[in-house]
Amino acid sequence: MKERIVADVSRLSLHGTGSASTTWWGTLGFMLIEATGFALAIAVYLYLMSIAATWPTDAPTPDLLPGTLVTLTLIASVLPNYLVSQWAEREDLRKVRIGLVVMSILGIVPLIIRAFEFYALKVNWDTNAYGSIVWILLGLHTTHIITDLADTLVLAALMYTRHGRNRRRLGDVQDNAMYWNFVVVTWLPIYGCIYWIPRL
Amino acid sequence: MRDGETKRDIRDTDLDRPALEAALARIWNTPEGLWGALATVDHKIIGRRYVITAFVFLALGGVLAMLMRLQLAQPEARVLGPDRYNQIFTMHGSNMMFLFAVPVMEAVGVYLVPLMVGTRNIAFPRLNAFSYWIFLAGGALLWISFVLDMGPDVGWFAYVPLSGPQYGFGKRADIWAQMITFTELSALAVSVEIVVTILKQRAPGMSLDKIPLFVWSMLVTSFVVIMAMPAIMIASSTLILDRLVGTHLFNPAEGGDVLLWQHLFWFFGHPEVYIIFLPAVGMVSTMTATFARRPVFGDLAMVMALIATGILAFGLWVHHMFVTGLPRLGESFFTASSMAIAIPAGVQIFCWLATLWDGKPIFKTPLLFVIGFIVTFVIGGLTGVMVASVPFDTQVHDTYFVVAHFHYVLIGGAVFPLLGAIYYWFPKITGRMMSESLGRSAFWLIFIGFNMTFFPMHILGLQGMPRRIYTYQPDMPWHDLNLFVSVSSLILVAGFLLFFFDAIRSARRGLPAGDNPWDAPTLEWATSSPPPSFNFSYIPVVKAANPLWEQPDVLAVAGGLRINSRELIISTVASAEPEAREASPRNSIWPFVAALATTVMLISSIFTPWAVVWGSIPIVVALIGWFWPKGTPEDES
Ligand code: HEM
Ligand SMILES: [Cu+2]
Repeated sequence: MKERIVADVSRLSLHGTGSASTTWWGTLGFMLIEATGFALAIAVYLYLMSIAATWPTDAPTPDLLPGTLVTLTLIASVLPNYLVSQWAEREDLRKVRIGLVVMSILGIVPLIIRAFEFYALKVNWDTNAYGSIVWILLGLHTTHIITDLADTLVLAALMYTRHGRNRRRLGDVQDNAMYWNFVVVTWLPIYGCIYWIPRL
Repeated sequence: MRDGETKRDIRDTDLDRPALEAALARIWNTPEGLWGALATVDHKIIGRRYVITAFVFLALGGVLAMLMRLQLAQPEARVLGPDRYNQIFTMHGSNMMFLFAVPVMEAVGVYLVPLMVGTRNIAFPRLNAFSYWIFLAGGALLWISFVLDMGPDVGWFAYVPLSGPQYGFGKRADIWAQMITFTELSALAVSVEIVVTILKQRAPGMSLDKIPLFVWSMLVTSFVVIMAMPAIMIASSTLILDRLVGTHLFNPAEGGDVLLWQHLFWFFGHPEVYIIFLPAVGMVSTMTATFARRPVFGDLAMVMALIATGILAFGLWVHHMFVTGLPRLGESFFTASSMAIAIPAGVQIFCWLATLWDGKPIFKTPLLFVIGFIVTFVIGGLTGVMVASVPFDTQVHDTYFVVAHFHYVLIGGAVFPLLGAIYYWFPKITGRMMSESLGRSAFWLIFIGFNMTFFPMHILGLQGMPRRIYTYQPDMPWHDLNLFVSVSSLILVAGFLLFFFDAIRSARRGLPAGDNPWDAPTLEWATSSPPPSFNFSYIPVVKAANPLWEQPDVLAVAGGLRINSRELIISTVASAEPEAREASPRNSIWPFVAALATTVMLISSIFTPWAVVWGSIPIVVALIGWFWPKGTPEDES
């Protein structure tokens, strides 16, 4: 078939950012998948609660302290996370490097406290269905923290190599920051379920 | 930096046509040989592989079906024992749903969507390669286990407690559950790719109202996958947890619940039917338009019906649980919604009939399959409305009536359109035509064989024959019809064999097809058959919904892409204005490595929970290898 050139795209920028980048949309897609997963896990929690005679079943209410500390750390991490994203947007590589190191630490700290959270549940996963679902909720969210932490660590390392100075990689930093916000936001309903619903 | 680069680059507009094609081929081609085969990220190669693999699973599932029919042909037959029969119907159902029907639809989307929206590769091509290997591994897991007499035997929906730790001995149920994890992982990955390809990689000018209907259907399907599959992944993982580490989600003795399993399964399982059916609807609309020689009547209504079906699909799952003693009010709601979904289906059928009525239909093989589809699907839909009513369902639940019903919907609603679609797109994929006369014979054998095989099952069901029984006694009034069904299934199989024969023969010896043998209107027909690795020499610019009909002789295109690296156009979501040029990743072995590592982890975790810990390390290594920049122009731009 004959072709006629009717448009010129040579002046378009190479690699768009935000909604002009496919990775941004892909990240959003995976967030939607995971959000559905979280919503269903919470639905399972509520379902089991609705058929249980007592809730928590055969266990004391979980300790508030570690979970609340994790919540506060996660909320506090939102600000530096936002700043890293801004710096990446402005292609300020020096600050991005520092910011990613900070964010790596802010990924490790909640993981350490998380270890104590499992004890604070005061029930085992194999005690009963209540124990199973709180462990599953907590485990599910922990894998999300680990996933994002791994991503952050790799990006931090990358930023210290010659590949860092590149808009595409800085876009990855922004997408990673968006995903971290998601990790923080999904925690809040889970936190409410595990710690506050039994106290209502 | 960017400006300097612009000057050094070679653009497509700088070269004459042969030089341009040579340059594009250099950068996009997949090298010959094993390495190239393992590393390719070309959506056409992967899509074709996916389709062929899914058809192999169809054939294997068909063999199992024939074994069942052989066993049931007469009372008290001795072909299969009860244990083997349990494995076989479970394998048949699981294989057909998870390894054939869903993957084959996704696969056709992987092949066609990028071509139909006028781009050079699917979004996230490496993820696409990964998803194929994961799918293959899941299929291999299921079939190898079956050969080792470890095939699941708990039915394709693996109800607890039968599949739970108390009754499901050995690893059979775990293998079923982990096969689910594999196939859902791959389906979810493909769905994200397809959504992003459709939203962001459409040819300039292809605004929402100009998107081909098949592409619309894949978009809606992908969203349904994204919302539905997490449910089954949660179900299958928690089943494994219950069996392996002693959680109690499904154990009533410790506060768990068996109906919870059914809710989770069917929250996915009902939409699953639409994950299979909606792409088929898109294929039917495409073929109907081409062979009626006019655009589909009411295409806006079509799109609305697709979206409505996609949404309603999530409000129906409880109709699979009518006999579990749920509250009456709840059941009435799900009866109403199950009947409501007949409305968008009716709208679509009306639009197809109106298109055919108003057009000048040419009855080529694909259109025969379309008509076979309409007839069969209407029958399946009618029995569907019947079983949506609770009193009726209570009578026929778990009988052959239901087996008849869902084969009418699945084979009529998805396999017929799919076979038509293969006849229709085969020339594009291979560059050769399939045989019209063999195609007609195959159609009639399949259509007649299908109805003779499955229609009597309605009657068997009404006569009380339960499903999933490995044999029956001679004093039951069922054996004449069962023999009839079994003999008829030979006609059906003959039709399938003829189809396979035709496809294999035509791939090598069919008549050359040319670019657009059916004079079809959508963009995949604007490039050569089979399409070059880069799909289009220039990215098309779209001005109409049926570009090749409105402008039959010239293709409007956009120039100015670089040709010394893989590059394509990103456009805006609604109006498809070009927004950016984007690099598309090169071939890479890492998706294959990552899939291998994931396979090792998933299979080991059936046996020990620690596999999740040590098994994740190679996955992380593979993912770093995958994403770490290699200094190619695509990485650096
Ligand atoms: C080649 C033609 C086919 C034949 C002759 C056939 C035959 C059968 C038979 C006899 C059963 C009932 C087994 C029993 O309840 O004891 C069955 C079950 C089933 N079939 Fe097919 N089938 C065919 C194709 C398909 C296709 C293409 C699909 C899906 C796309 C499919 C999906 C299923 C499912 C989901 C079950 C239920 C399995 C279970 O009870 O767990 N079948 N089939
Ligand atoms: Cu259903």
